[in-house]
Amino acid sequence: MLALLLILIPLVTGIAAFFIRNEKTVKSWSLLSVILTLGISFIAIYHSDAYHTNFSKEWLPDLGSSFSLGMDAMGKMLVLLTAFAFPIIFIATSNSTYKEANQFYGLMLFSQAGLLGVFLSTDLLLFYFFWELALVPAYFLCSKWGGEKRIAVTFKFFIYTFLGSLIMLIGILYLYMLNPEKSFAMQSIYKMQLNNRAQDILFWMFFLAFAIKMPVFPFHTWQPDTYEQSPTATTMVLSGVMVKMGLFAVVRWLLPVFPHAAKGFDNIVIGLSVVGMVYASCIAIVQDDLKRLVAYSSIAHIGLMCAALFAGNNNSVQGVMIQMFNHGINIIGLWIGVELIERQFGTRKMSELGGIAQKAPALAILLVIVALANVALPLTNAFVGEFLMFSGLYQFNIWYTVVAGISIILAAIYTLNMIQKVFYGNTNSLTEGAKDINWNEKLVLGFVVILIFALGVFPKPLIELTQDSVNTLVSAFK
Amino acid sequence: MNNILNYIWLVPLFPLIGFLINGLGRNYLSKTMVSIIGCGVLLASFVVSFYFFTGIKDGNHATVNLFDFIYTGTLNIPFELQVDALSSLFLLIITGVGFLIHLYSTAYMKEESSAHFARYFSYLNLFVFSMLLLVLGGNYVIMFIGWEGVGLCSYLLIGYWFKNTEYNNAAKKAFIFNRIGDLGFLLAVFWMIQQFGSVSFAEVFSKAEGTNVAVLTGITLLLFAGATGKSAQIPLYTWLPDAMAGPTPVSALIHAATMVTAGIYMIARSNVLYTLAPVSQSVVAIVGLATAILAATIAIKQNDIKKVLAYSTVSQLGYMFLGLGVGAYTGAVFHVMTHAFFKALLFLGAGSVIHAMHHEQDIRKMGGLKNKLPITHITFLLGCIAIAGIPPFSGFFSKDEILAAAYEHNKVLWVIGVIGAMMTAFYMFRLYATTFLGKFRGTDDQEHHLHESPVAMTIPLIVLAILSVVGGLIGIPKVFAENAHSLEQFLSPIFAQSATLAETHPLNHLTEYLLMAVSVGLTLIAIIYAVNRYSKKPELQDAEGFGKVLADKWYVDELYNAIISKPLKSISIFFNNIIEKSGIDGFVNGIGAGVQYTSRQLRLLQSGQVGSYILLMVLGTIILFVIQLFL
Repeated sequence: MLALLLILIPLVTGIAAFFIRNEKTVKSWSLLSVILTLGISFIAIYHSDAYHTNFSKEWLPDLGSSFSLGMDAMGKMLVLLTAFAFPIIFIATSNSTYKEANQFYGLMLFSQAGLLGVFLSTDLLLFYFFWELALVPAYFLCSKWGGEKRIAVTFKFFIYTFLGSLIMLIGILYLYMLNPEKSFAMQSIYKMQLNNRAQDILFWMFFLAFAIKMPVFPFHTWQPDTYEQSPTATTMVLSGVMVKMGLFAVVRWLLPVFPHAAKGFDNIVIGLSVVGMVYASCIAIVQDDLKRLVAYSSIAHIGLMCAALFAGNNNSVQGVMIQMFNHGINIIGLWIGVELIERQFGTRKMSELGGIAQKAPALAILLVIVALANVALPLTNAFVGEFLMFSGLYQFNIWYTVVAGISIILAAIYTLNMIQKVFYGNTNSLTEGAKDINWNEKLVLGFVVILIFALGVFPKPLIELTQDSVNTLVSAFK
Repeated sequence: MNNILNYIWLVPLFPLIGFLINGLGRNYLSKTMVSIIGCGVLLASFVVSFYFFTGIKDGNHATVNLFDFIYTGTLNIPFELQVDALSSLFLLIITGVGFLIHLYSTAYMKEESSAHFARYFSYLNLFVFSMLLLVLGGNYVIMFIGWEGVGLCSYLLIGYWFKNTEYNNAAKKAFIFNRIGDLGFLLAVFWMIQQFGSVSFAEVFSKAEGTNVAVLTGITLLLFAGATGKSAQIPLYTWLPDAMAGPTPVSALIHAATMVTAGIYMIARSNVLYTLAPVSQSVVAIVGLATAILAATIAIKQNDIKKVLAYSTVSQLGYMFLGLGVGAYTGAVFHVMTHAFFKALLFLGAGSVIHAMHHEQDIRKMGGLKNKLPITHITFLLGCIAIAGIPPFSGFFSKDEILAAAYEHNKVLWVIGVIGAMMTAFYMFRLYATTFLGKFRGTDDQEHHLHESPVAMTIPLIVLAILSVVGGLIGIPKVFAENAHSLEQFLSPIFAQSATLAETHPLNHLTEYLLMAVSVGLTLIAIIYAVNRYSKKPELQDAEGFGKVLADKWYVDELYNAIISKPLKSISIFFNNIIEKSGIDGFVNGIGAGVQYTSRQLRLLQSGQVGSYILLMVLGTIILFVIQLFL
């Protein structure tokens, strides 16, 4: 029941938001909604037995699909991330104004409903339905409220993800045809004994959609453009939570259903991911736009998560579970910083900034901490996950780790460049009158920083939360 | 006693508290309060460390498991601290020398505004915290936390004056070079996890015997790669001289006395692994000796007082690695300790000179400071004698121990080592003579304002000078007296396993006396020559010919720039402009344009987007049937 509530709250409040004309009211309404969702998610995680969370009702009985929801260990973690992310995003961007704010917030809430649905559904067709429900609002958010080049960029975003989704839908239907029980239910599909050839074909049909969503090199070029052009609140949702859909789907559907293919193609996937890590890190070095820098940095980080998933051992998979959550927190922190800078100075170009640390020390300190978490400094949250992922990848193959490890050095280069160009040096005419952030903004960034240290020093809660999923997946992989 | 040792976490806790108070309260605390907190936590830490130190006897040690840190189904890395003879000795050096440098900083940094003053002390406290974590870590991951933590603090402190772009570049370079080494360290840790299933010292060392030598060689070489970054050895040493951009007390604490010795600590801690991997030992010895000589040649032609000391540090660290490489673990740790005394002294002395000279660092513009800065002069001279290795000053004992072990190992190592020792004496006394002897060569205004530094700065100088003079007496070699090497006895439990694994052939007494006589004699000649030459006629012109090659540091920075920095940038630009924009994006946009074109055509037949969607669905279903048909 709780799982259903988690989806219904954002969906219903989202519909209601469309009818609220006053911008202030719709902001408060949406914030109230996401805080309520956060509260329910806490209860759901606390009472995570089947009685409280599972839900099943007939939906399309003729097709063998039902509206079934459930919450496993990884689902809990991602529900928690989604539930945490939206209040942070809404508070951090509360000073931004949007034309037709009612539609903006309505679509944002739809997107949250879609995301939660993806993480909770235990029926393949339902999963697909929510997958699209999460994506479609993103197209509109980007094309209506985005930057100058939004139309062209949304088109590219659309082409990429539509292509992926379409092929996945065909794959889903094909899988359904092969299922003797003619059902989309997860348990039924998990029981299927697919022959190797079918696995090989279906693997790519599904993986393409997931690879585009993560994104994995070379399916990534929609991402920097979309992150750059979308309104920052949407970028936060896309990068903090939505990219996790791809990783989640790999764990939930790809690896358990096509284990043979996953093992057979592991070198291709890991190879692409590792190449992508170094490739994206190199490109990040020569970016001048803060949003593009963060975007490429994120591609590198996601590449490591994808590689670690396919390495498929305890350390690597546990690392992915931890990092999915922490990456979401950290990248939202980075976007908050970018947003604060852009709003104050009207530019995201590092070459036009400089010397901000003198004028706005609080902003500088907090953002430097977030940036250091981005390079996985020990005692920040990202270290735990990255350490485990690299360690697991090393068990899989030494040389992948050596190549991927280069990105650790490259990350230091682009991150320190960014810190230097934005915060250090002398002020210029643009940053001369810089003001420090206000209490409200300090509070949000401060909260992110506290999470960074808390989960960096004491990652145990995250490990305990996700351990079951790790064990299930690893034993399936063997 | 063991349950007292369980409170070892108190030692790093104090500086952490100091960091938090000074960091969070930087806008509210007065400079006096900041000084009291900043120095007070170090003093507290020192007192507690001393108490624990006295409790470490007869191999007494403790491992304290604070909480679960990282764990999975197949791996468990607790947050554990370990205190034993080796770490307790480092605790004393870090907190003791650290306290003196904090005290010195209260006067040296007093021109800073109070918020920046507090920022400085919070960084310094955070550094001490990280360094303590590094030496107290009970496994390689906790050690790595401290390892990267000190790198971060070094970065923050080198770039402390963050308005200056050159300083920022130096800070960035330090961090990146350290990171290159850190990758090696991490790979070694991953290998250990795979090989031993653990990263705890106790477990790794007990499982090491009987492990494939090739594996151990790989692990130890990767660990050493980490050490070349942190401890500034070939090929990663070039960041350390640039790091002199930081405030001088920082150079004394981080870039001379403590952080840069982390690599030596790490290898001494892992001595069992190295003893079992002779190839790695040789690599360590050769790289160490090569660095010692290379840095010494550069130091001869530097004219910035801090640069001379920086290259001297690189060179002395090289000697320590030579010691580790030839199995003289105690000697290397001994040299860490004496070096911490005299090099901190020399840097603080240099700071006192720079302070008096109003931020002038070029020794060509100094001269004749002897009478103007009497305390600085005397203490600096004592430091120079100590580093040159004249008995009975501290540097003599520790350097002699390393050189004697090198002789046992291979006579060539000893010969090169002694040449390096001569060069050390030469450049140090060139520095001393040019700075303190002869006539003053600065401006009248500078001369007018020359003054001895305040008490907060001279007290640390005096204390460190005394330690530099007498500090060697805890390690008197056997030739002089049996059982007088108290350091060796104290550290023996740490190196016991290595000692049983490696055979040693002690030198006979006559040889040892002879070796000492030769090295001390040559050193004295170098000193007399340097003082004679540079007190009368200091080098005021820019170097020419081969001297210029040395003054320009063998052009290593230029080489790295040409073979690493520039190609990296070119590759990145190539990726960004060609592959990303024209390649992948071009392809995708091509598809996009194709789809757009097709749908425009289709729109003529159908009547809008919905129709084309349906068409695609139909096409999809057809594809599906085709697949079904052929499988």
